[in-house]
Amino acid sequence: MLLEKLSNARGVSGNEGEVREILIDAVKDHVDEYRVDTLGNLIARKKAKGARARKPLRVMLAAHMDEIGLMITHHDSNGYLRFDPVGGIDARVLLSKTVLIGKDKVPGVIGVKPIHLLKASERQQVLETDALTIDIGAKSKEDAQGLVKIGDYATFATTFSSIGTDCVKGKALDDRAGCAALVEILKRDYPFDLYGVFTAQEEVGARGARVAAYAIEPTYAFALEGTVCDDSPKKKDVSPVTRVGGGPAITFADNSLLSDRRLVDLLVETARENKIPYQFKQAVAGGTDAGRITLVKEGVPSVAVAVPTRYIHSPVSLLSKRDFENLIALMIKALPKVAKI
Amino acid sequence: MATAKKATHFPLLDNDDPQSSGMHPLKALTKRITEAYGPSGYEQGVRELIRDEIKGFADEVRVDALGNLIARKKGTGPTPRKKVMLAAHMDEIGVIVTHIDEKGFARFAPIGGVYPLTLFGQRCRFANGVVGVFGREIKDSTATEVTLNKLFIDVGATSKDDAPVGVGDPAGFWRDFSDLGNRIVSKAMDDRIGCVVLIEVLKQLKKSPHDVYFVFTVQEEVGLRGATTSAYGVQPDLAIAVDVTGTGDTPEANTMAVQLGKGPAIKVKDAGMLAHPAVKNLLAETAKEAKIPYQFEVLTGGTTDAMAMQTTREGVPAGCLSVPTRYVHTPSEMIDFNDLQNSIKLLVAVLGKQIKLD
Repeated sequence: MLLEKLSNARGVSGNEGEVREILIDAVKDHVDEYRVDTLGNLIARKKAKGARARKPLRVMLAAHMDEIGLMITHHDSNGYLRFDPVGGIDARVLLSKTVLIGKDKVPGVIGVKPIHLLKASERQQVLETDALTIDIGAKSKEDAQGLVKIGDYATFATTFSSIGTDCVKGKALDDRAGCAALVEILKRDYPFDLYGVFTAQEEVGARGARVAAYAIEPTYAFALEGTVCDDSPKKKDVSPVTRVGGGPAITFADNSLLSDRRLVDLLVETARENKIPYQFKQAVAGGTDAGRITLVKEGVPSVAVAVPTRYIHSPVSLLSKRDFENLIALMIKALPKVAKI
Repeated sequence: MATAKKATHFPLLDNDDPQSSGMHPLKALTKRITEAYGPSGYEQGVRELIRDEIKGFADEVRVDALGNLIARKKGTGPTPRKKVMLAAHMDEIGVIVTHIDEKGFARFAPIGGVYPLTLFGQRCRFANGVVGVFGREIKDSTATEVTLNKLFIDVGATSKDDAPVGVGDPAGFWRDFSDLGNRIVSKAMDDRIGCVVLIEVLKQLKKSPHDVYFVFTVQEEVGLRGATTSAYGVQPDLAIAVDVTGTGDTPEANTMAVQLGKGPAIKVKDAGMLAHPAVKNLLAETAKEAKIPYQFEVLTGGTTDAMAMQTTREGVPAGCLSVPTRYVHTPSEMIDFNDLQNSIKLLVAVLGKQIKLD
């Protein structure tokens, strides 16, 4: 399963090579051309097929290859490693997690003091990232320096697997789910030039999407994402952001984007006509590649649509295979209609 | 410098028919434009109003991919002519529905900088005309500590099924225009008053040596997005935003040397940009020549479309002419009518002359 391979692959922002290689293999037989740009975006192009659109139309689909992770910043005198987060990470999800560092996958543990030794006051504390270290079992600073270099990336040591009847869990489902969906979408033909862009550096500010869109100058853009999911029971009648199993989540607004209403309506109508379940992302939170693409050059009407993903930006996330399949189905049905906007 | 005159007549009680009630045409225009519905991203209605209003006055009118309305008035000077871009944003702050509960109450997220304090008991209006009232959770919170997640919108529904609005529907504040004589009050003065200035300048500008682009932008309140893309498209040689700014002339206000009625404010800096000194001087020198009162503005928070225009492509000399406004980002934004007229006068004078930036 491609999603499994992608989830297990390691690719923190700026270091997407391993993920990109898997994706090149997966798309090369289904597209007319592909290239890797200066920032490391993989840009695949499918030329228009069949009944051509009235006017030349370029549609860009973006899914980001990068995942959040850590970067090693310092060797302590006793051989422990200090690190900085890459992308948005809540320090509380780091405690007691295992990580893999650098090309050689040096194993490490983000250790914490055992409960036996905690003072009452310490139990109330939230440890910040700069209070944490990675233990790689080194005997000394020199020993640690031999294993890990400053600037090495660390990823969470999480292995993808099925869970329950319909779900999968793994790291980096934000946004390897979008990447895997985009590969499937690229296997079809469309009546306009379609650019499938696997972007770099989304988690640090949608940097890849910006330059890719600058080169492509798309007429419309869609970001395919793994988005925030918060569907645990609530004390009062307020919205979950999204629900696992509720279908792909359409963004009407987030902190980076006011989705183009025509594209939102297109997705909603397509879902209804084809009886594909869908939901709205019911919070204005976060941002995606679409927020940067929309501002490129003279502007690009854009929308984001996502697989609801629980526990994103942590070592392990969870999504529904049906939601994932329905995202693909929705995009395949909706895309040809973009030509009629 | 002019001082604000006392109101010379009583406020009109019935504003419904501005033409027949003898309202000043510029006030009537302001009423029409400010009362229109148009939270960020949903500026269509405002755009159509403005497009109608400026019909016949521009040489070319187009709408770009994000919805900016761009009207070009060709210059009469020898080519190559300088391109001057004026920007005023059509969008207003508002809210967007994120959830309808079982009893039909709507929860919402803000669009742009919405202060929770300004909402309770106020009304909003949706694109379909539905009016909602902002209510608040009373239990476990006091009125002074209201946060957005403790507020809801009551649209008169009794259940989720009969709610006349849905998730993803945006609303703007709903408050009508009031004429207080020299002072006028409305929702969305920020920045429909800038749109009014641009409309009037376009109408009054007989000829200019420069190609002037009157750009009515979208999505300013959520991050200057329309100005970012329209400035890229226009590629101006000089850019001036027309927007509102705060004042320091109300009881116990923060210190700020801008007052209502003291003339248009020429921006020196705000939180997002430093006005190009030559643009600032151009505005100030022209005001002096034309005997138009003006004041300088240093704004500590907030910014305008000028920031986006300044940093487009290889950079553009940019400045901002501000209409001093009290109670910005509330449903009742107040300006001085003389400041409005003087803003128009100043820009007509600037655009009518040969501009040299040095």
